[in-house]
Amino acid sequence: MDTPVLELKNVSKTFPGVKALDGVGLQLFPGQVTALIGENGAGKSTLVKVLTGIYTPDGGEIRVGDTVVEFHAATDAVKSGISAIHQEAVMFDELSVTENIFINNQDRNWLGMLDWPLMRKRARQLLEYLDVPVDPQTPLKNLSVAHKHMVSFASAISHNSNIVIMDEPTASLSHQEINDLYKLVRRLKEEGKAILFISHKFDEIFEICDRYTVFRDGQLVGSGMIGAVTQNDLVAMMVGRTVEQVYPKTDAEIGPIVMTVQGLSHPTEFNDISFDLRKGEILGFYGLVGAGRSEVMQALFGLTKTNAGSMTLQNKPYAPANTSQAISSGLVYVPEDRQHQGAILSLPIFQNITLPRLGGLSRHGFIDMACEYDVARHYAQSLNLKAASLSENVENLSGGNQQKVVIGKWLATNPNVIVVDEPTKGIDIGSKAAVHQFMGDLVAQGLSVIMVSSELPEIMGMSDRIIVMHEGRIAARFDRDTASAEAIVTAATGAA
Amino acid sequence: MNRQTLQQTAPHTTQHQTGNQRFLPDNLNGAWRNRLLRWETLLLVFVALAFFANTQLSPYFLDPWSLSDATFNFTEKAIIALPMALLIIARDIDLSVASTIALSSVAMGAANSAGIDPAGMVAIGAGVGLLAGLFNGYIITRFDIPAIVVTIGTMSLYRGIAYIVLGDGVYRDYPQGFAFFGQGYVYGVISFEFTLFLLLAVIFAVILHKTIFGRRVFAIGNNPTAALFSGINVKRHRMVLFTLVGLFSGIAAILLTSRIGSTRPSIAMGWELEVITMVVLGGVSIMGGAGSIAGVFIAVFLMGLVTFGMGLLNVPGIVMSIFTGILLIAVIGTPIIWRRVVQAQKMRSKMRGG
Repeated sequence: MDTPVLELKNVSKTFPGVKALDGVGLQLFPGQVTALIGENGAGKSTLVKVLTGIYTPDGGEIRVGDTVVEFHAATDAVKSGISAIHQEAVMFDELSVTENIFINNQDRNWLGMLDWPLMRKRARQLLEYLDVPVDPQTPLKNLSVAHKHMVSFASAISHNSNIVIMDEPTASLSHQEINDLYKLVRRLKEEGKAILFISHKFDEIFEICDRYTVFRDGQLVGSGMIGAVTQNDLVAMMVGRTVEQVYPKTDAEIGPIVMTVQGLSHPTEFNDISFDLRKGEILGFYGLVGAGRSEVMQALFGLTKTNAGSMTLQNKPYAPANTSQAISSGLVYVPEDRQHQGAILSLPIFQNITLPRLGGLSRHGFIDMACEYDVARHYAQSLNLKAASLSENVENLSGGNQQKVVIGKWLATNPNVIVVDEPTKGIDIGSKAAVHQFMGDLVAQGLSVIMVSSELPEIMGMSDRIIVMHEGRIAARFDRDTASAEAIVTAATGAA
Repeated sequence: MNRQTLQQTAPHTTQHQTGNQRFLPDNLNGAWRNRLLRWETLLLVFVALAFFANTQLSPYFLDPWSLSDATFNFTEKAIIALPMALLIIARDIDLSVASTIALSSVAMGAANSAGIDPAGMVAIGAGVGLLAGLFNGYIITRFDIPAIVVTIGTMSLYRGIAYIVLGDGVYRDYPQGFAFFGQGYVYGVISFEFTLFLLLAVIFAVILHKTIFGRRVFAIGNNPTAALFSGINVKRHRMVLFTLVGLFSGIAAILLTSRIGSTRPSIAMGWELEVITMVVLGGVSIMGGAGSIAGVFIAVFLMGLVTFGMGLLNVPGIVMSIFTGILLIAVIGTPIIWRRVVQAQKMRSKMRGG
């Protein structure tokens, strides 16, 4: 076996009250991609910050090649041959491609002045290497989104480091950009670079990684070759529980039709959307980012105006002019962006929960505070909300508990149809399981759920039926039994 | 709805989880309430200091009539500060209130010249204010233009109209029946203006802190997007708030016109800043989402006492406005700078910990 180019032994890092890293080890090998896997809070980000010189560890050693190194600043890590591609690259639209690539790493000539001819030359080489047909002199704002991402990759590899860290690089990328990234990863591998690849998505881990390392609660729980494990093994290592517990789909009784949507269209976002929703059903909407799923859901909720089509809800015509009409008709929407659209972070829990149904908690416009607390407590407790009191501000809660507040707020309006948009985005697996469990409970009690999700395992694990959207249209429909991952992805990418 | 019907109207309980759920208290030791009241307590201390200083400045200050006179300095502004507090909590602002007073006062003067009786003049004064506010709200919400831009525009527009109508002229000779609003007394030394302000303060406190409307104002101010996603008609609420501010500017115009008995186009010049200073001094966040009527109420008295004290010292008007400007910046800036210092300290201790 090769000798590792980077080795961490017994590295620890403590913050007040938290042991973020507790004696972890990690090895990276030349020409291999190592996946770093773990729930939110497992210590992955702390490790990246230790490796890039942003944090100094309390104990343990970092070895690059044969030498023990100590990083005191980000530049130390770069000098030791470590560079990182971050989740969201910092880019400057008004600057040229060259200026962006060398934004923190300018070449200087013998006078100590910026050597633009050299940088332009190197930028051209990097862009050729990455197969990006753009002129280095172009302002960044003239580039497509995909090309902007390639520029950020170019910036990361401009250091010519032997060790490249990729921190959830695909989180905000579309399908095509992800493929471009994979291509880059494979080329870097061929050149013998060692890559640390941090991701939440198992499909990409199995696609491009050679090794894995799993962290849980700041500790190393396992590492080895990807070929030797299954996804279920990895999930079990991450959370100490099995997949069935993460997607606890229970068979709810499917009842009569609750909602119909006929030919719903929007001038630019979506076209001819038709479907039925039954009582006790979870209807999954899958598609790539930009397929128009959220826009359809916001139209159902009265936020987006449509220009054609009709809907019925509980056998009555349904055409919500605003959100409050949708809510009183029994349809509610848990938005994707929990922090900006879902919860009001700077208000207490109880005020968030009762906000949409204040009318039912008041007499002549005056709020009955005692009743308000009772209702809030009822939902907070039934959702097993972890908080010190009902008057705590929502911003102090964890992501999973914030989502519980948003769901609780909608349950308090006593809905028939609950639309959830990426319900478990950005929350850890433990809380995911709780949200899934809860969705199962809802349909068991006769509600209907429409779930938008970009996570294939979630869609396949939770839905009774699956609708796949592509470029604003319904591309395919599947039943739970007949759905296959390949067919769903093919439909979503428009390849069918 | 009573508590017994809760189970029927709220059936979505996950049975398997309720067994071991611990009880969630309403709040912990009233910590929330304490935090809310801290600024108000500080203001009260300042009011006491200003009051004491004034007693030292003038032996006549404690005379009931003198105290009553002092209230005339601020009640009209204070009456606008009440709806303005709601507007700023909802993350909006109205800079056109003083110009609305001018427009409304000119309308009443014109009505008087046309021989309309005091009751009609009051209706016109309040009505013009209401329409001015409605116009602000309509332009802002219909075309989605920032309130600060629109109301700077209407600040010039409304006063411009007043100048066109009146030029260098002046409306005088208001009838005897109109004088009561600004000069009348309800009981002893208690003026009509002051009584109206006390009454309105109670009403606005109840609206903001006890009603659905008030709760929604807080929700909009904290996060307008999430408020919209929670079924609140945000635009309509903003429209109502701008209209309210306009209406009360009209009411202030009635009081002021009646008190000074004449109308010039330059009436109430610069009042918008004093009104906003009262609101912000009262602890209302200029970023929206936080504040209380109690705080604004105390701040009104503080401002009144300080300007009255400066009057006793014969401080010229221009120096008073310098003072108001400095006060405004200090009050808005201090909490922001304070927060930054605390954050920097936290960061530093975090770095040391690592």
